[in-house]
Amino acid sequence: MGLPDGHASMLPDDLSTEGCAPAPRSRPRSLAEAARRARTGAPAGERALPVSPVLAGLLPDGLRRGSTVGVVGPGGRSLAFSLIATATATGSWAAVVGDPDFGLAAAAEAGVALARLAVVDLSGPTASRQWGAVVAALVAGLDLVLVAPRRQVRATDARRLSARARERGSVLIRIGDASWPDRPDLKLALTGATWEGPEDGYGRLRCRRAEVVATGRGRNARERRALLLLPDARGVPSLP
Amino acid sequence: MNPASYPGPRTLVVRCPDWSLTVLGVAPGDPALVLAAGRVAAASEAARAVGVARGQRRREAQGRCPEVAVLERDEAAEARRFEPVVAALEDVTPWVEVSRPGACAFGVRGPLRLLGGEAALLDRTAEVVGAALDVAVGPTHPGCRLGVADGRFTADLAARAAGAGIAGSLVVPVGGSPAFLAPQPVGVLGRPDLADVLVRLGLATLGAFAALSAADVVGRFGAEGRAAHRLAAGLDGTPPQVRRPPPDLAVAVDLDPPVDRIDRVAFAARALAEQFHDDLRGRGLACTRVVVEAETEHDERLARCWRDEGVLGASALADRVRWQLEGWLHGPPAVRPTAGLVRLTLLPDEVVPATGHQAGFWGGASAADERAARALARVVGLLGEGSVRLPEWRGGRDPVDQLVLVPLTGGVGEVGRVDAPPSDAPPWPGVLPPPSPAAVHADPVPAELLDDRGRPVRVDGRGVLSAAPVALRVDGRGVHVAAWAGPWPVDERWWDPRRHRRRVRLQVVADDGVARLLVLEAGCWRVAATYD
Repeated sequence: MGLPDGHASMLPDDLSTEGCAPAPRSRPRSLAEAARRARTGAPAGERALPVSPVLAGLLPDGLRRGSTVGVVGPGGRSLAFSLIATATATGSWAAVVGDPDFGLAAAAEAGVALARLAVVDLSGPTASRQWGAVVAALVAGLDLVLVAPRRQVRATDARRLSARARERGSVLIRIGDASWPDRPDLKLALTGATWEGPEDGYGRLRCRRAEVVATGRGRNARERRALLLLPDARGVPSLP
Repeated sequence: MNPASYPGPRTLVVRCPDWSLTVLGVAPGDPALVLAAGRVAAASEAARAVGVARGQRRREAQGRCPEVAVLERDEAAEARRFEPVVAALEDVTPWVEVSRPGACAFGVRGPLRLLGGEAALLDRTAEVVGAALDVAVGPTHPGCRLGVADGRFTADLAARAAGAGIAGSLVVPVGGSPAFLAPQPVGVLGRPDLADVLVRLGLATLGAFAALSAADVVGRFGAEGRAAHRLAAGLDGTPPQVRRPPPDLAVAVDLDPPVDRIDRVAFAARALAEQFHDDLRGRGLACTRVVVEAETEHDERLARCWRDEGVLGASALADRVRWQLEGWLHGPPAVRPTAGLVRLTLLPDEVVPATGHQAGFWGGASAADERAARALARVVGLLGEGSVRLPEWRGGRDPVDQLVLVPLTGGVGEVGRVDAPPSDAPPWPGVLPPPSPAAVHADPVPAELLDDRGRPVRVDGRGVLSAAPVALRVDGRGVHVAAWAGPWPVDERWWDPRRHRRRVRLQVVADDGVARLLVLEAGCWRVAATYD
């Protein structure tokens, strides 16, 4: 999983030749082809993916297409579920790369549409060498890509993946931020998380009360905070 | 004749029943099924008799027929073995159209003049196909079915309805198509979404559907519905304004050096099919019949006509070209070219105005689904089969059992049809209530749970803890237990000594704020999941 030491960069140099778009030729031969070439990423009207109203205080503009988001520390996966739930329920596809522990039942409870979720297994013998190409292919075709690299990501790969996400209008969500060389556009973390419910053998886990802190670059530079139940007793992220 | 009421040319359809099974050497009496993309693509007569049907999942089919032999589909062999049959039919007529390996058709007007009558034509066709099958498959083949009718769709149904026997045949008399079609179920139109709507509207047969006014059908179902309505009424399904294509729509690729290996030429064929498709699309046309032509170093010219009831999309076209090349390059010596291929040409033989694909009209694939399917197929190509998996609801008492991941095997078609957890699923007794843990460990981590005197915490036969847990050690790191809930014992399959599982679950919140699900099984505590 992740990248072995001393590997060459794993992203193909000419990203446009793979997957979706044909290689650009000198002149478009038809109107349809010209239109196809001109189309990169999302239509202008959809600059952001929708998020649950619960997260409105943290992401007032929704999940901006082309951005990278880091979810760090304990509670990272729950944050990731809450980020992708509304978008997958409204037609976007999501993929989880290299996270064998991803809790599908919890994702379903949080509102993630499992019918539009793919899990990519990186435990194969050649998988670690192709990590960059795999993530690049997913970023090209899916709106949401969740990555949990197990080793340090090279600076060139990180830069290219961010550029690819920007070009394609996808959102790259990093589960855990330690293995990335650069800062994401937006970083979400839990502070002061307390679980409620169990008491000396009685009861059961009911909810986690936590404050979510959002920091980032550019328009996200100002820190935002919100108190959330993540998850509540039904497994759904909600306001206390 | 008024083109709007043209029933289509009188056509003979040759069908080899259960071709994908025949190719794999299955006799009709053996229970067997062929899998494609994880679902049943074909089932033998014996398997169908006990309820195995196309589209079922492997487990469902095995549940109905436990002794069924499960075979993997071999499309290359299907194409390879069928090519000599089509080649043999060229003795009867030069214009054979292949729709898929195992089925082909030709217009009867030409050969009828030669042979004198439809009965003679049927005899001659059966004889030629039978002889070719003897060579291609061996003498145990189940024979072929022949159908003659006005229009290809009706002829195909006639061939399906033709009786068993080495060469069963059914002739629908001229003008008899509507009467023959009327009692057929709407499912035979090959448009499951449309059929579903029609059945719910109470229109279960083609006769009932055909009785609707054409204007109403177009108003509700668009161009696709109109084509289906024409077929149901026994008319030619393709709109009558079929144009002869201008010659510059043919696309060709020169192969230098000459190729005789299927993988290399198939690669060129895919690019060619995409270019062909894009060129037609750019002119607002779609192709229903295409001629695949190859030239060899020795100036041999091979050509074969393929058609589809619908219009041929880029990937469907690429499949057909690949099948044809498979038939030529790997077929028996009689049809195999003597030298490598130097040129591959695709000629549109029949084009219709493209009516546009209404994405998602009946809940079909959206553009995002198609884009995702392509990207996922590419990842499968990079990492191998089984690397991309989709969640499927199974139910169970533990988070790890409730949803399982099934490999994406078939490519694009499977995407978007994943079984999501049913909202009205019956409750499992003993299931842990939500919230579920956000991280379910693929390999549960061994842990030590200790009481206030440092002794391991145990659970007795009645499911009672030996003492209150105070400390937890995971991966050599110790944390204090802040709160805990449980234990909840589970005793599964106590009637089966081999699969009997007895375990105890405990939720533990540590003082670092992390909640974990611990499972005690065979005397050992493990962290099964983390409430991440």
